[in-house]
Amino acid sequence: MIQVEHLTKSYRVSRRSGGLIKAVAALGKRDTERVVALDDLSFTVSDGEIVGYIGPNGAGKSTTIKILSGILTPDSGECLVDGRVPWRERKRHVARIGVVFGQRSQLWWDVPVIDSFDLLKDIYRVDASRYKKNLDELTGLLDLETLLRTPARQLSLGQRMRCEVAAALLHDPDLLFLDEPTIGLDAVSKLALRKFILERNRARGTTVLLTTHDMQDIEALATRVLLIGRGKLLLDGSFEDVRASLPGTGSLDEMAAALYRRYGV
Amino acid sequence: MGRFHPHLSFFRMQLIKGLQYRTAAWAGIFTQFFWGFMQIQLYRALYAAHQSTFPMALSGLVSYIWLRQAFLALLNTWSYEYELFDMILSGNVALELCRPVGLYGMWFARNAALRVSRAALRCGPILIISALLPAPWGLNPPASWGAFAAFLLSLILTLGVTCAMTLIVYFSCFYTLSSQGLRTVLDPVTEFLNGAIVPLPFMPAWLSSVLRYTPFGAMVNAPLRIYSGDIRGMELTETLLLQVFWLAALTGLGWLIQHRGLKRLCLQGG
Repeated sequence: MIQVEHLTKSYRVSRRSGGLIKAVAALGKRDTERVVALDDLSFTVSDGEIVGYIGPNGAGKSTTIKILSGILTPDSGECLVDGRVPWRERKRHVARIGVVFGQRSQLWWDVPVIDSFDLLKDIYRVDASRYKKNLDELTGLLDLETLLRTPARQLSLGQRMRCEVAAALLHDPDLLFLDEPTIGLDAVSKLALRKFILERNRARGTTVLLTTHDMQDIEALATRVLLIGRGKLLLDGSFEDVRASLPGTGSLDEMAAALYRRYGV
Repeated sequence: MGRFHPHLSFFRMQLIKGLQYRTAAWAGIFTQFFWGFMQIQLYRALYAAHQSTFPMALSGLVSYIWLRQAFLALLNTWSYEYELFDMILSGNVALELCRPVGLYGMWFARNAALRVSRAALRCGPILIISALLPAPWGLNPPASWGAFAAFLLSLILTLGVTCAMTLIVYFSCFYTLSSQGLRTVLDPVTEFLNGAIVPLPFMPAWLSSVLRYTPFGAMVNAPLRIYSGDIRGMELTETLLLQVFWLAALTGLGWLIQHRGLKRLCLQGG
């Protein structure tokens, strides 16, 4: 269960106008501005839900995921994940969650994937029998048999992403954070990944928080949609409700664009 | 397969990775052997010219050179894993924070594992060949069993001190965006001051007596001179204690830099 209450987070960003003179002036004093990433954000996610977390670029999605996975500390607000405050009990917390950042890799580049898995097994202190069971199961479901023996650098993006997802699940996390997991994937890989996530959720009751710009991901997976913009929660409802509230929009992307327009984000 | 402590598991990983680059290992062995041989020739010429002013026994110096060549990967300060710099600069370090272990310990283990695995893959041929070489050129046996035991202990401490130094360079990336400048200055200066290029006894007396008390004297210099008995008695005890002190001091400093760097990262955004 994830409880987020009045979460606020802002960053300092240095800004200056272009040009040499301004650049020289910036040597002495740099102007920084505060940019608000999360602005009094509150929501709750129950166990076993698959929540689609959507919003335009820069809305604060990744910031939320980073706070929930204990990487960032918010400026203010409360957050409890299965009774833990992520940034205060980071090690205990991350042992119970799985995280996949679609644009980043957690596999060692030059060695076969299985060696990276073996390392993760030791880092998460998964005992041998449980590891073997999980590995066999994930290998079957994600069709990893030959990939495991291949160095990560020689995998296609789709193959690598299947391995990344498996890597995040070797330690049986109760919670899975997926940050743009289908980015850049072809249709076959996307469908395979969605099917796997659904099955995992049904079989194990794993809670999934998914950020994506792909509305088909949301349609296929999410039982509930959270829309954020400029750090605020704008909408909380089922995918069908959202869809029904925007009649006359054709494709899913048009629907999303209409949704963003409606809230002015 | 059994279960390793998370930190130990890095040794297995780095060994696997090291075995992946076979050509690099063979090229390394060849270069290090050739370089060692050249240096010995150079020092023999100096020894022949000024035997009386030579500050170390030639046999001890020859062993110093061969041991340094054999354990180069363990002892040099410039064994970096460039992926780690990229990880900090690209923000991928965030993923490292998703692991249920501390960042400093994990990276210390990673760097130590890299050094040990590289050295393990390379030291064999160099040690064997150099031990088989005839008298003036060959690796000599240690001064005594005691000296050998002290050498092993000191070698481990050197590994620690050197790793702690390397980690400070990694974590400086939290502040500078590029570690290139620091590395350009630090690596050659350290290599010179720690006796990796010229052993400390060959330096001016005032300099070598100062360096003894700095972290530089607690690195490659210590084990290689202990081996041949060039450091012994009270000086040996003192050297080992200084190594322990610098290991603790540099580890503490590195941890602090890491801790504050992460805080900054957490405040500024990933």
